[in-house]
Amino acid sequence: MQAQINSQVSSQIVVENLNHMYRPARGQPVLAVDNVSLEVRPREFLALLGPSGCGKSTLLYLMGGFLPVEKGRILIGGKPVTGPGPDRGVVFQHFALFPWKTVRANVLYGLERAGLPKNERLKRAQAYIDMVGLQGFEDSYPSQLSGGMRQRTAIARTLAIDPDILLMDEPFGALDAQTRSLMQSELLAIWRRSPKTVIFVTHDVQEACYLAERVAVMSARPGRIKAIVETKFDRSDPHLFKQPAFIDKVDEIWALVRNEAMLAQRLEAH
Amino acid sequence: MARWTASLFRYSPLLILAALWEAVAQLGLVARSALPPLSDVIKAWFALAVTSDFWFNAVDSLYRTFAGLALAVVVGAAIGIAMASSKPVRAVLNPIVEVFYPLPKSALIPVTALWLGFGDMSKILLIFLGCMLPVTLGAYNGARGSEQTLMWSARSLGASRWRMLMDVVFPSAVPEILNGVRTALATSFVLLVSSEMIAARSGLGFMIGFLGDGGNFDAMFAVVFTVAFMGFIADRLYQYAMQRTLQWR
Repeated sequence: MQAQINSQVSSQIVVENLNHMYRPARGQPVLAVDNVSLEVRPREFLALLGPSGCGKSTLLYLMGGFLPVEKGRILIGGKPVTGPGPDRGVVFQHFALFPWKTVRANVLYGLERAGLPKNERLKRAQAYIDMVGLQGFEDSYPSQLSGGMRQRTAIARTLAIDPDILLMDEPFGALDAQTRSLMQSELLAIWRRSPKTVIFVTHDVQEACYLAERVAVMSARPGRIKAIVETKFDRSDPHLFKQPAFIDKVDEIWALVRNEAMLAQRLEAH
Repeated sequence: MARWTASLFRYSPLLILAALWEAVAQLGLVARSALPPLSDVIKAWFALAVTSDFWFNAVDSLYRTFAGLALAVVVGAAIGIAMASSKPVRAVLNPIVEVFYPLPKSALIPVTALWLGFGDMSKILLIFLGCMLPVTLGAYNGARGSEQTLMWSARSLGASRWRMLMDVVFPSAVPEILNGVRTALATSFVLLVSSEMIAARSGLGFMIGFLGDGGNFDAMFAVVFTVAFMGFIADRLYQYAMQRTLQWR
């Protein structure tokens, strides 16, 4: 019981008064994240929603430890983030698979770093490859796979190391509509089987509403948290997308995002 | 069989060239001392091939080339990757590379001979110096182009910085490194032959100079052919190895 409580605590994320300056190689620094505070409960599925360029990916990269925290704090399980680590698994929009490694070798990579014995590694890699439905493609290279299969590989690679936290940066953004909808239900099924804290960055309102328990809506540059909306629905309902309560919620969030999206467009035009 | 005839067809321009050469020389259109008939050159080659001297020289040349090249590839790739991944290293080495890259490496022939004499080491050093920079630049450009999210993925999967360098940055740079190696391969043969002609007592380049000075032009051409053929084979082997290495693309 004690262990369970500890693992719950270690998957808690607290963001306090976080600021981040984006410093391009040329030109003026831009405030990308402006005084963001956020508490993500252990094993919660939270969507970060906002227009493009609002800093939602930057916020995710800060949580991942890929960018230095300069002002404010990010605490994971009570400890400040100092760099990347296998406690936080990451899934990127463009998959970020090692192109020179096969599907199996990609999934094995994190298990090798963890120093697991060889038999254990192979068994575990196979289990996750099977879970995402890629049996038969173990020896294929990423260039030989479809977008959906590449993202499945990336998800298997990340889940194989069993991180407490899953950071997903528009993971289905590069997929076609059908593949995306399939991957969404697969992700929910995986999450239900082994609940992890999930931060899911997206600009798709319906996707956020469907997947997440809470949606944090971000404003256009500089990125602030504009509102946090509860979005708890019965996700096993095959007609969820047609339920009035769901449609109303999508409308409500869409209204919050619309202004920001228009503002973001104007910012991009400049 | 089909493949064999296909490559025969591919190289048929060479056969035509050979026939032209033979005809021009046999008809006496050029002086014999300028261009002996191809058939005589081939005869001279077989005469050389039965002497142990020829093979000792060939082995010397091969050893010098590959020792120099191997050093150039290993050191060049390491330096290029170090420059790409560390600002201080880049600040120190960039100006040095910029100045030395356009330097004609054959100008170093007397220098390496002065330092290390007429033996193997001066050739190895020369080829190493002459071939390192193309590899360095390839590794540098390739490593700089390695994708941010790939590096991040490795780190979040538990890789240390050093492991990330070896597992992501280096393999990302391999295609560009291999391009640099191809340039280096061609340069190495140029440097080998010219340095052996100028400052050596053995090697195929030395033989070319020696036979030419002695007026033995049939044999001189035979050695020139040998060197050309070695370069060709090395390039083919390189191409084959590159395809094998990059099969993931």
